[in-house]
Amino acid sequence: MSDQLHGLVDRADVCVVAMAECFRGDGELLANPIGTIPMIGGRLARATFEPDLAVTDGEARLIANDEAFDWPDGKVVEHFNPYRQMFGWVWNGRRHVVMGGTQIDSYGNQNFAAIGDYARPKVQLLGYRGAPGNTINDTTSYWVPNHSPNVLCERVDTVCGVGYDRAAQLSEAQRRFHEIRFVVTNLAVLDFATPDHRMRLRSVHPGVTVEEVQAATGFDLPVPDEVPTSRLPTPDEIELIDTVIDPTGQRLREVPNP
Amino acid sequence: MKDKRCTEDEAVAELESGMTIGVGGWGSRRKPMSVVRAILRSDLTDLTVVSWGGPDVGLLCAARKVKRLVYAFVSLDTIPLEPHFRAARQSGAVEDEPYDEGMFLLGLQAAAWRLPFLPTRVGLGSDILRDNDRVRMVTSPFEDGEELVAVPALTMDAAFVHMNRADARGNGQYLGPDPYMDDLFLGAAGKRFLSTERVVPTEDLAKEGPPQSLLISRLLVDGVIEAPNGAHFTSCDPDYPRDEAFQKDYAASAKSPEAWAKFRSTWLDLSEAEYQARLRSAS
Repeated sequence: MSDQLHGLVDRADVCVVAMAECFRGDGELLANPIGTIPMIGGRLARATFEPDLAVTDGEARLIANDEAFDWPDGKVVEHFNPYRQMFGWVWNGRRHVVMGGTQIDSYGNQNFAAIGDYARPKVQLLGYRGAPGNTINDTTSYWVPNHSPNVLCERVDTVCGVGYDRAAQLSEAQRRFHEIRFVVTNLAVLDFATPDHRMRLRSVHPGVTVEEVQAATGFDLPVPDEVPTSRLPTPDEIELIDTVIDPTGQRLREVPNP
Repeated sequence: MKDKRCTEDEAVAELESGMTIGVGGWGSRRKPMSVVRAILRSDLTDLTVVSWGGPDVGLLCAARKVKRLVYAFVSLDTIPLEPHFRAARQSGAVEDEPYDEGMFLLGLQAAAWRLPFLPTRVGLGSDILRDNDRVRMVTSPFEDGEELVAVPALTMDAAFVHMNRADARGNGQYLGPDPYMDDLFLGAAGKRFLSTERVVPTEDLAKEGPPQSLLISRLLVDGVIEAPNGAHFTSCDPDYPRDEAFQKDYAASAKSPEAWAKFRSTWLDLSEAEYQARLRSAS
C-alpha cells in the first residue's frame, strides 16, 4: 500500500501487460490465451512487440483485429480455424496456450477435471478438456485471477495439465515439447526458473508485498533475493487497451483494484 | 433412389438398451436435441453416451438413461459447468471414460477408419492413464522406438447429428461457424441419423452455402429427420442462437428432485410437436 504507484495504475492493466509478456519472443505462432485478461494480453502483445502472432476470435476464425471481444466494423478473417484445425496446430507445435486451472501445484501440474477422489469426486468440474495435449505438445502458461492457497496448492487432485515433475518421469523424446512458461496471477508473476523446476516468484504487482503472495500460496514459494515489481504499462499501452482492445473495461470486472 | 426421411421416434425405435450412442455438436451448440428428447421419452436404459458433452449428456444423466459416459468435457458454454452431469458424477451414478479433446478426436477418427487405435503424444504424464483403463501405451515400430499413447477406436452402435440443411437422401450442410466432428461420428457408427432444420431438394443445397459447407455425404446416412428448431435450446447458427433463458431454467432444474420433476413434466413428457407448440406459446 505504501507503493506510490498504487492507485495510479489499474491492477487489471498490470495483469494484461504481464500476460502480454508471456508471448514475448514467440514470433509467428498461434497465441491462444483463454479468458478475459489473457485475450486482452495476447491482443496487446500482437499490437505492440509481437506483430506476427496469430489470434482467434474465440470461435472458429483467426482474425487480424486488435479488438478483443466486439468487432463493430466486422472481423478481418485470416484463416478458417474450426476445432479440428486447432488440434492440427497443437500437434504441429504452432501454439502457445494460456489456460486457467481450479488447482495448480508447485511443479505446474494443473487440474480442472474434478476435486477430490476422481472415481467419485467431491466436485465434478469440466473434464480433462485439452489440457493433457496442450501441455505435452506446446508451451503453456496459466492465468489465475484469484491467487489463493486453494488454487495454488501443494498437490492437484487430478493431473490434467502436465507439470515438470510428471514430465521428468517421461523419456527425453516424450517430454521434448513440454514447457510451462509463466503463471500470471492477480498478485504476481511466477515462473519455474529453479534447479528442479519448482514454481518461484518472478515479480510482484505494484502494491503487493512478497509476504502477501506467500500467504496466498498453498506451497512453499522460492523467492529470489531481489524481487522486481511487475512491469508497468506504458502510456501508449494504456491508451491502446482503453480505446481499442478493451474499451468497455471487461478486464476491470475480472480483476478489480484492491 | 432412397428417400431416407423418418421421424425421431422411428429412429429411436432402432436403438436398444445397452447400446453405445454418439451425439454430434459441441457443448451447447448444434445438438440433435429433438432426438435426445425422443430418447428421453423411450424405455431405453444403460446407454453408453459418446459426446462433446452439453445438455444432451445432462438430460440423459438426469433421466437415468446413462450407464457410461465417454467424453472430454461437459459444458453448457455460457454456463461453464453442466449441473446434471456433475450430480451424476458426484453421486457415482455413471461410469466414467474420460479423454483429452484431441484424444477424443483420434478415437472418433480411428473408428471412422476402422482402426483399433491411433497413436499420439497426448496423455503422456497426465492422469488420463490412471482414470481411463481403455487407453494403453504403444511403441513405435520405427528406429525412434518412441513410447506413445494408443487411443482406442470410439466405435458406436448409432450416432445422431444435426445439420442446418439436408436433402432427403442424407446429404447434410452446416451453415454455422464450425463443422465440429459430426462427419466422424457418422463414420464411427453402425446406424447413422441426421436431423436437420429443413429438408430441401438436392439442387437447392448449393443455393444455401458453398460446396465446403456440405459436410455430410449420403454415404454416411441411414435416416434423415426433418426437425425445425430441433437443436433447441442449443445454438444452431445462423438459423437461431442458443435460448439462454431456457437454458438457465434447465440448469436450475438440477437444484432439487422437485425442480427436475417440474421441468420434466413441463418440457419432456410430451411429443416433439407439443414441445415446439409450448415453446411458441411461451414466447
